[in-house]
Amino acid sequence: MNWIPPDITLPWLSVACGLPALGAVVLALLPRERDLLVKQTAVAFAGLTLVLSLIIAVQYDPSGGMQFVEEYAWIPTFGIHFALGLDGIGLVLFLLTAVITPIVMLASWYEPDNVSAARGVLSSEAPRRGVKTFFALVLLLEALALGVFAATDVFLFYLLFEATLIPMYFLIGGYGGPRRSYAAVKFLIYSLVGGLIMLAAVIGLYAVSAAQNDDPSMLLSSLTGLDIDPTVQKWLFVGFFVAFAIKAPMWPVHTWLPDAAREATPGTAVLLVAILDKIGTFGMIRFCLQIFPDASRWATPLIIVLAVISVLYGAICAIGQRDIKRLIAYTSISHFGVIVLGIFALTNLSAAGATLYMVNHGLATAALFLVAGYFILRRNSAQIGDFGGVDKVAPVGSGIFLFAVLSGLALPGLAPFVSEFMALAGTFQRYRVAAVIATVSIILAALYMLILYQRTMTGPTATSVANMPDLRPREIVAVVPLIVLILGLGLFPKPALDVISPAVDSTLQQVGVSDPEPSHPVTAPSESE
Amino acid sequence: MSTVVLAQEFTTPDIEYAKVAPLLIVFGVAVVSVIVEAFVPRAARYTTQVVLSLAALVGALASTIQLAGSEQVAAEGALAIDGFTLFLWGTLLVLSIVSLLLVAERRVDGGVTAFAGQAAALPGTEAEREVVARRLEQTEVFPLFLFAVGGMLLFPAANDLLMMFVALEVLSLPLYLLCGLARRRRLLSQEAAMKYFLLGAFASAFFLYGMALLYGYAGTVSFAGIAQAIGGRVGVDGLLLGGTALVAVGLLFKIGAAPFHMWTPDVYQGAPTAITGFMAACTKIAAIGALMRLFYVALGAARWDWQPMIWVVAILTMGVGAVLALTQSDIKRMLAYSSIAHAGFLLVGFVGVRNEIEFSTAAILFYLAAYGFATVGAFAIVTLVRDATGEATHLSRWAGLGKRAPLVAAVMTLFLLAFAGIPLTSGFMGKWAVFAAAWQGGAWPLVVVAVVASVVAAFFYVRVIVLMFFAEPAAEGPTVAVPSIFTSVAVAAGVVATVVLGLVPQPLLQLAEQAARLVS
Repeated sequence: MNWIPPDITLPWLSVACGLPALGAVVLALLPRERDLLVKQTAVAFAGLTLVLSLIIAVQYDPSGGMQFVEEYAWIPTFGIHFALGLDGIGLVLFLLTAVITPIVMLASWYEPDNVSAARGVLSSEAPRRGVKTFFALVLLLEALALGVFAATDVFLFYLLFEATLIPMYFLIGGYGGPRRSYAAVKFLIYSLVGGLIMLAAVIGLYAVSAAQNDDPSMLLSSLTGLDIDPTVQKWLFVGFFVAFAIKAPMWPVHTWLPDAAREATPGTAVLLVAILDKIGTFGMIRFCLQIFPDASRWATPLIIVLAVISVLYGAICAIGQRDIKRLIAYTSISHFGVIVLGIFALTNLSAAGATLYMVNHGLATAALFLVAGYFILRRNSAQIGDFGGVDKVAPVGSGIFLFAVLSGLALPGLAPFVSEFMALAGTFQRYRVAAVIATVSIILAALYMLILYQRTMTGPTATSVANMPDLRPREIVAVVPLIVLILGLGLFPKPALDVISPAVDSTLQQVGVSDPEPSHPVTAPSESE
Repeated sequence: MSTVVLAQEFTTPDIEYAKVAPLLIVFGVAVVSVIVEAFVPRAARYTTQVVLSLAALVGALASTIQLAGSEQVAAEGALAIDGFTLFLWGTLLVLSIVSLLLVAERRVDGGVTAFAGQAAALPGTEAEREVVARRLEQTEVFPLFLFAVGGMLLFPAANDLLMMFVALEVLSLPLYLLCGLARRRRLLSQEAAMKYFLLGAFASAFFLYGMALLYGYAGTVSFAGIAQAIGGRVGVDGLLLGGTALVAVGLLFKIGAAPFHMWTPDVYQGAPTAITGFMAACTKIAAIGALMRLFYVALGAARWDWQPMIWVVAILTMGVGAVLALTQSDIKRMLAYSSIAHAGFLLVGFVGVRNEIEFSTAAILFYLAAYGFATVGAFAIVTLVRDATGEATHLSRWAGLGKRAPLVAAVMTLFLLAFAGIPLTSGFMGKWAVFAAAWQGGAWPLVVVAVVASVVAAFFYVRVIVLMFFAEPAAEGPTVAVPSIFTSVAVAAGVVATVVLGLVPQPLLQLAEQAARLVS
C-alpha cells in the first residue's frame, strides 16, 4: 500500500463517506418489523455524518487548496488510486449532501410506509418495498454522493458517479407514483448513456496518460499536468461534458428529469435534484475545466448558447405545468442553466456565483419539494388544480411554502438571490447578450413561482382541502434548518464565498483565463498617495 | 528387413511429461471414467464418477499451479507451455470444476441429474417412459465432460496447426453429444446438438482447408515455421491470405463471433443449462486463447492483412449481439446473444494491438476470467427457476422473481450488472482493461463502437432486472428450487469472483500481466 500520511491523523473523508455506507449495512441487518428503530438508526447515522462533516468544515483552511487528502494505490496497473480530498468547491457540496440527507429522512418519515392502499395515487402496479430498504438506499446514496464530491481520482469519481445510479434507480422505481417504473428506467437509460460516453472519454484520458508517462496515473493532480493534443482534448472534453450535461440536466437532454421528479417521492426528488444533479455541474467545474482547459475555452460559445436556452426553456415550460413536482423540476432546469452559464462564462465572479448557486439551489429546491410534498401527501394529488385557498386551513404550512417559493424566485435577502446575481453579473462581464437574455428568467421565475403559490394557496378554499390539517411538528422541524440556511446565506454569504472563491480562482487559473478588463475601470486611489 | 529400416528412421518423440501433466491427468482420468462406466455397478456410478472427475480437475489444477513460471515449447514443438497457457489452464480448470458441480446437481430436479436417463430411448416412446419411471441416470456425461475439458486445455496450448485441429475436435465432439442429452425438452436438445454438430463440422472443415493452404504457403504446420515464412515474404500471397481467412472462420465459429454466430442461440437454448454455462464460459476461453496464439505467434507478422477483417468482425459481432439480444424473450437465448456481444468486446481487445501485445493479452486474460465466472453463475441461477415442465426460461416467467425469491433475484442482478459492465463489478474492470488496451493500441474508433454497444447491451440486462423487481409476479409463477451444496457452491464462486474482481482486481491483473507472454 502506498500510504501517504495526510496532515491529520484521522482519514476524515473516508470515515465520513464510510459512515452512511456502514449505516446502510446496519439497517439491512435490523429486523424487518421494527420500522421505528430502522428510521431512528438511519437518522442517527445521517446525523453523525453531518456532525463529522461539520468538524471537517471547521478544520478546513480556505486558502489551503486541496485538503484532507487521502491517497492509496488501488489498481496500480492502471494508475488508479483511492484518493479523496476537498477543495472549497467540493467542501460546500459535501456539506450540502450531509445537511440535506437527514432532512430528507425526517421529512419522509411516513413516506415509505406501506400505506399505498390508503393513498389512491400510489396503488399501482406493484406493492411498495419496505421502510428498511428506503432508508438503507438513502444512506447508501449519501455515502456515494459524499464520495463523488471528495474523489480526486478520475476513475474513482467515475465509479462513484455511476454507482449513484443504482440506489437512485431503486428509490424512484420502488417508491413513487403510478408511472415510477417508466420514470426509473428513463432516468437510468439517460444516465447510463451519459456515463458510458464518459467512460469512453475516461479510457481515452487513461491512454493519453499512459502514453505520456511510464507510470500512468488517474489522479486529478497528474491529469491536469498532461499535455493533450488539441483534437483529442476536444473529443475527450465532449465525452465528459455530455455526461455532465445529462446529469445536470441541460436542454436538450433534460427530458428525464420532469418525469423522474414527478414520479419519485418528494424526498427522493430532493436527493435527485438537490444533490445528484449537482454532480453534473460539479463535474464541469472540477474535471472539464481543469483537465481540458483549451477545449473548455473552445466549447464555451456553444455551451453558453445551450445554457441560455435551458434557462428560458425551463422557465417557460415551468409556467405551463399542471403538476407541482414537474413544475419544480422545470424551474430546476432553468436554474441549472444559470449555473452552467456562470461556470462557462469563466470569470471569477460568475464561477463563484455558480458554485454558491449549486448550494443555494439545493437548499431552495429541497424546501420547495418537501413542503409541496407535505401538501401533496395530504391532498393525495400533485395537480395544481386540486388545490386552492390552502392558506386558510393550513396557515403555517402555506407560510413556509411562501418562503420556499420566494427563495425559488430568488428574492433579494434570500440565498439564491446572491448567487444568481453573482452568476449573471459575472457573465455580463464577458457575454453581455447572454447575460441579458438569461436575466429575463428572473421575471419568468417570479411568474411561475407566484402563479404556483397563488393557485394553490390563495383564493377561496377548495372543498377538497377544507379538512386539510396543518403541518405536524416533525414536518416543521425538518424544514427549519433549510429556512435558517437560506436566510443565513442570503443575508451573510461571506463564509461560504470565502471558502468557494479561492478554489474557483485556482480552477480558473488552471484554465488560463483572467477576468476581462472592465470597460470603465475605476482607478482606485493607491495607498501611497 | 524393412522393419529394421523403419526402426532406424523412427526416433521416439521427446515428451516433457512433467510439463504436460495437467493434460495427462484430465485425459487419463477421462479414460478411467469410461472404464468405470463399463464395470462399476449402476448404483455406485454417479458417486464414483463425480468424485473421480472432481479429483481429476483439482489434480490438474494443482499441477498447473506447480508449473507456474514455465516458459518453453514441449512435446517436439507441438505444445507451448508458457504463462499464457498456464493462466488459461488455471481459469479453465477452475471454471470446469464449477461447471462440473452444476452437471452433478441432482436436487433441483427431484433427485436426478439434468441429463437424459437413456439417450438412446427416443423421446415420446414407451422406452423413454420406462427410463423415466425407473429413474435411470446416465453418467456418461462425466467422461464426456472430462474429454471436452481436455480438448479445451489443449486448444490454447497447441503450437502447431495439426495439434490445434486435434484439440478443436477433441473439445467439440463431446460437446455435441452433451448438448443433446437434456432430460427435459429432449427434442429441442437433440435439435440443438444436431445443429451444433453440422455447423461445427462445417467450421472444422474450413479450419482444415485453411490449414492446408497455410501448409502450402509455409511448408510447415508449426507456428514458429509459419511466422518465419511470413517474416521473409515479399508481396501478397493468396495462399497466406486464404489460409488465414479460413482458419479464422473455424476459430471465430467457436467463439460465436458474427457472422458465424448463428448456432449460438439455438444451441444455448436447447442444451442442458449446466452444459450451456460450461460452453459459454470455457469454450469461449479456450477458443479465444487459440485464436490469440495462432494470430499473434504464427500470423503476427501478417497483422496488416488480417487486422481489417477482425475489425469488421468485431463491430459486426458487438452489433449483432447487443441488438438481437434486445428482442429475445427467453433468458437462455438472451444470454446467448449477450455472449456473442462479449465475444465482440474480446475481439476489440484482440485486434486493438499495435506493438505491445502484452497489454492486450493481459487485458483479455482478465476479461475471460471475469466473464467466465459471471456466466457460469448466471446459468446456475437459470437452473434454479423452475416450473412443472422444467426450467422456466421464458422471460415473462421471471416477472416478479424479486418478490418470490429475493436472494436469487439479487444474485442474478449482480451477474447481469457484471455483464452490463456496471462499476464495482468484475465485468466493468474487464471492459476497462480491454478497452484501455485497445485504445492504447490506437483502435479508439473500435472502443467508441464498443461503448455504444455496451449502452445497448445494458438496456436488455436492465430489462431483466426491471422484470424481476418491478413487475407483478405471475399468478402461476415458477418456483425457485432449493439447490444442493453443488449448485450453491457454483453460485457462490460466481458471486465471490464477480465482487472481488470488481473491487480488488489488482492481484489477478498482475498475474495476467506476468502471464501475458507467448513463446514460439
